[in-house]
Amino acid sequence: MVEFALPPNSRVQPGKVYKAVGAKNVKVFKIYRYDPDSNANPRLDSYEIDLDACGPMVLDALLKIKNEIDSTLTFRRSCREGICGSCAMNIDGTNTLACLKPIEDIKGEAAIYPLPHMPVVKDLIPDLTLPYAQLASIKPWMQTQTAPPPDGERLQSPEEREKLDGLWECILCFCCQTSCPSYWWNGDRYLGPSVLLQAARWILDSRDEMTGERLDDLEDPFKLYRCHTIMNCTKTCPKGLNPAKAIGAIKEKIMERRV
Amino acid sequence: MAAYKIIDHTYDVVVVGAGGAGLRATMGMGQAGFKTACITKVFPTRSHTVAAQGGIGASLGNMAEDNWKWHMYDTVKGSDWLGDQDAIEYMCREAVPAVHELEHFGVPFSRTPEGKIYQRPFGGHMSNFGEKPVQRACAAADRTGHAILHTLYSQCLKHQCEFFIEYFAIDLIMENGACRGVVAWNLDDGTLHRFRAHKVVLASGGYGRAFFSCTSAHTCTGDGHGLVARAGLPLQDMEFVQFHPTGIYGSGCLITEGARGEGGYVTNSAGERFMERYAPTAKDLASRDVVSRAMTMEIREGRGVGKENDHIYLHLEHLGAETLELRLPGISETAKIFAGVDVTKEPIPVLPTVHYNMGGIPTNVYGEVLRPTAENPDATVEGLMAIGEAACVSVHGANRLGTNSLLDIVVFGRACALRAAETMKPGTAHKPLPKDGSDLALSRFDRLRNANGSMHTSEIRLAMQKTMQMDAAVFRTSKSLAEGCAKMDQVASTLPQLKINDRSTVWNSDLVEALELENLMDCALATIVSAEARHESRGAHAHEDYPDRDDVNWQKHSLAWVENGKVKLDYRPVHTYTLTDEVEYIKPQKRVY
Ligand SMILES: Cc1cc2nc3c(=O)[nH]c(=O)nc-3n(C[C@H](O)[C@H](O)[C@H](O)COP(=O)(O)OP(=O)(O)OC[C@H]3O[C@@H](n4cnc5c(N)ncnc54)[C@H](O)[C@@H]3O)c2cc1C
Ligand code: SF4
Ligand code: SF4
Ligand code: FES
Repeated sequence: MVEFALPPNSRVQPGKVYKAVGAKNVKVFKIYRYDPDSNANPRLDSYEIDLDACGPMVLDALLKIKNEIDSTLTFRRSCREGICGSCAMNIDGTNTLACLKPIEDIKGEAAIYPLPHMPVVKDLIPDLTLPYAQLASIKPWMQTQTAPPPDGERLQSPEEREKLDGLWECILCFCCQTSCPSYWWNGDRYLGPSVLLQAARWILDSRDEMTGERLDDLEDPFKLYRCHTIMNCTKTCPKGLNPAKAIGAIKEKIMERRV
Repeated sequence: MAAYKIIDHTYDVVVVGAGGAGLRATMGMGQAGFKTACITKVFPTRSHTVAAQGGIGASLGNMAEDNWKWHMYDTVKGSDWLGDQDAIEYMCREAVPAVHELEHFGVPFSRTPEGKIYQRPFGGHMSNFGEKPVQRACAAADRTGHAILHTLYSQCLKHQCEFFIEYFAIDLIMENGACRGVVAWNLDDGTLHRFRAHKVVLASGGYGRAFFSCTSAHTCTGDGHGLVARAGLPLQDMEFVQFHPTGIYGSGCLITEGARGEGGYVTNSAGERFMERYAPTAKDLASRDVVSRAMTMEIREGRGVGKENDHIYLHLEHLGAETLELRLPGISETAKIFAGVDVTKEPIPVLPTVHYNMGGIPTNVYGEVLRPTAENPDATVEGLMAIGEAACVSVHGANRLGTNSLLDIVVFGRACALRAAETMKPGTAHKPLPKDGSDLALSRFDRLRNANGSMHTSEIRLAMQKTMQMDAAVFRTSKSLAEGCAKMDQVASTLPQLKINDRSTVWNSDLVEALELENLMDCALATIVSAEARHESRGAHAHEDYPDRDDVNWQKHSLAWVENGKVKLDYRPVHTYTLTDEVEYIKPQKRVY
């Protein structure tokens, strides 16, 4: 990812070192630490982990640190199976979910940072207020004008339903959002890949009746057209989704109605 | 005690929790015109409901003839006659409109060729009063909870509900036995908040993390249970802990029962489909307690698989890659990641794993929390409601059927809002809060924040989890339960020696885990002590020294008051009546599948 100069108070300093005494199968985890209560710069603490006494995933290593070595280390986690989207972070240079990332896939020392380009609240916890607000801005709920059948479901054929596959499974982890260079530079106005993927989820839903308005809303030089198909988003999605393709689908819909 | 700055809020209603139950309630309260706040310790879509896989039960009859009365019968039978039939009737009757409502909200259900909601068979769901399995689980592939939770969150956005996200509820504000509000801590900036409300709705989920191996998320820590216990109110039927037959061996991640609904089956080391012996009619789709016990029996008798003969195989490979991709994509991925298994080729190693808490905060069919007395076993607490896995209505009794929890959360989430609309007016004036109302919360917060003993949270938590796993297991004996009680007593007595290392107030996750541990401990104590006292076998409570169900002495709900690590027990009768006269009370029968 792109390197650039940080303001002095956010330059990362070397931090504490925690040894794993007597362990044979050691891996070093270098973890970004930031404590908002102190005035100190962020630092990189090193933790030696005995892999013979640790579960297979990066989240297992983080939990081991928190439980056995340093209980002040702070990160979000909940489901531990890649469905809640809490544990998104930058591991070994890639945004991904700690609970789905096998330790053995990391060569050498494991470097762990919060999701990039977001304000950091503490340690590995980014402030996600902006993408959440952007999500709300696209009205991510079903909008219809005709009333649903009073005692039945709206019908949707399996083929229509299939159009939602690859979209509705998004877990809002924002790995893609925070890997997108366009979002880094224009995050205030460009909606970013995860939010646009959500927009596509409603645009492509055969039951939603406000497709036109949804497209009108996105037809804007910033909200949508900052995507330059760089594909970082798709490469990084830990759920194997393809936000770049979803954005392409929205652009296509807009093209279609122009002709 | 340090002086904490407290920010005051006033609402008609405060909902604690933003899982399926909390979101449905929040939305309903808003629609009824109440000024409503929803407090949650995780962002709504990260709540544990997101992990539910297989489906939500409703007798839509889209794929085979079905009827809500059959659903009711199955639920009563599944509950092993500990469920309250008025509540069960309400839930099963409301299931059909509830699922249609979810569809109208936009839940991306899988579809039948006619474009209707796809339904699959699930354990214990049968047609015609127990005849043969029926397709009743409405599914969005194998990510139904995700589909429902995200959709409910979107509805809350639509209705502009007010959220307090990453706020941790510490304790209730009580006055003369009534609930007046709740105190919460904003993790993001470290401030403390006092919420005054006419109604507090607890929707804080289960307490799977009281056990060592569970399918539940790290955040399932029984916080609502702890709040209630500290307010001097009882917890109900806590001995009934569901073990799901198919947790992945090792990690505990769940493989949905929907996998067996789609045709999967379990085998022992002889390659035998042993469920045919234990449940000749329902076979692999018998109720969860039945399958978990059968698997445990096989392992005990030396027919487990693997190096240590200590687990069982779940086969899906015969279903074919196409069905697996279409119907079970999520668990195919989970099995690959957490068991290294390609489900199209090999079986998945599985083991019964703690999954669901039938017990919880006792409520009536409207979601109002009970404070049972000898004169009135159904007396309520003013100002307090509970819904979802945190509550015990009780629709699940001694054993929950799969798909009935997603149903429970939306039906009773809605019901509590309807009840509030019936019993109070939006914008009703508030009395001032009692001066000492937030003392309980503040002193607890301050005490734990400065805890400086000799044992770390993780140490005490692990001791608790191991004890519960060992002694409150699938099969229980008088000996294991007595030992469990003694050990838990000892583990709980170490709480005053707690030490935390982080003294900050912003996102102090060290402190969060300590607060959660106290809640878990109350749950664990109530569970083991209630289990020790129950001298019968019913649903998930399989007692080897009392192998039969005893309706004469034990068809009653356990109540457990937990105070300073000590548990006091009492009982209240099961409701042996229905809500309307459209159905008759289903009398206890022998439970065979
Ligand atoms: C892996 C798995 C699969 C499942 N599959 C199915 C299925 O297919 N069908 C089915 O019917 N059921 C299923 N279940 C059960 C079902 O998912 C749960 O019982 C149900 O989702 C619980 O919902 P809830 O809203 O009560 O609680 P949760 O979804 O657990 O939500 C709890 C909420 O409370 C909040 N909270 C908790 N404590 C605090 C606090 N101190 N302060 C502030 N907020 C707090 C949390 O932030 C969260 O928002 C499954 C369960 C598991 C574990
Ligand atoms: S494809 Fe578009 S959204 Fe994805 S990373 Fe590139 S610019 Fe960002
Ligand atoms: S598209 Fe993928 S990376 Fe992006 S938020 Fe959704 S799940 Fe996460
Ligand atoms: S903990 Fe839920 S996605 Fe990792």
